[in-house]
Amino acid sequence: MWMMFFWAFIVGGLICVIGQIMMDAFKLTPAHTLSTLVVAGALLEAFDLYEPLIDFAGAGATVPITSFGNALLHGAMAEAEKHGVIGVMTGMFEVTSSGISAAIIFGFIGALIFKPKTN
Amino acid sequence: MSQQKEPLFQAETSRHDKKRPLVKNCIKAFVVGGIICTIGQLVTVLLIIYFPFTEQTAGNPTVSIMVFLSMLLTGFGLYNKLGQFAGAGSAVPVTGFGNAVVSAAIEHRSEGLVLGVGGNIFKLAGSVIVYGVVSAFFLALIKTLLIQWGVL
Repeated sequence: MWMMFFWAFIVGGLICVIGQIMMDAFKLTPAHTLSTLVVAGALLEAFDLYEPLIDFAGAGATVPITSFGNALLHGAMAEAEKHGVIGVMTGMFEVTSSGISAAIIFGFIGALIFKPKTN
Repeated sequence: MSQQKEPLFQAETSRHDKKRPLVKNCIKAFVVGGIICTIGQLVTVLLIIYFPFTEQTAGNPTVSIMVFLSMLLTGFGLYNKLGQFAGAGSAVPVTGFGNAVVSAAIEHRSEGLVLGVGGNIFKLAGSVIVYGVVSAFFLALIKTLLIQWGVL
């Protein structure tokens, strides 16, 4: 179990380094970088490579934004196996709903209780 | 005369243009991103020990809790400072996604709860959701059709 902390640090850190290289060396905006990483996560899962990474690195693979693409595809495929092509639509947010819901709810609460910072 | 001036001007500006220290930035991104993921791993382990989650199902609540922590750090203005230091190290983890949503919501609060907060909450994070969903849709569609046709 303790090794998982080590690998979470290494793998999570490396994914961030890939993002940093895209921003600095290829001069991409943060939005372009994050969008590319999400698509990359979905592509990796399409070839069944992302779930093994989660088994190996735990939060090192679930916390970076790449896991969002993976989770979207994972939910869509799980439902598609049961209901066919329609399942691609109905299952899309099955796994990711907690992250999106949390972002909306905490974003709203944050807007109510915090004042904008100028700097 | 002006044609001669042009390359000289460019050389002069590029000399003064602040060079981005790539290696230094990468080390910062690695350390901060790694620490955020390690905190995520700690949350995952605590969820498995104290709540009825398994290693497979603990990922989702972990993401929610990380977004919650990100809301607090964003609200107190600490996540922006972290972002200036860490670059992609704080933008790539899901806390960066949370920061983008929360900061957009707080920033547009003055325009009203519906048009300001409601209309702008996904202003920064929207592209991530759009490209994630679109790419996942086409990949899942192709994969499902290939399975149905017996190719996979």
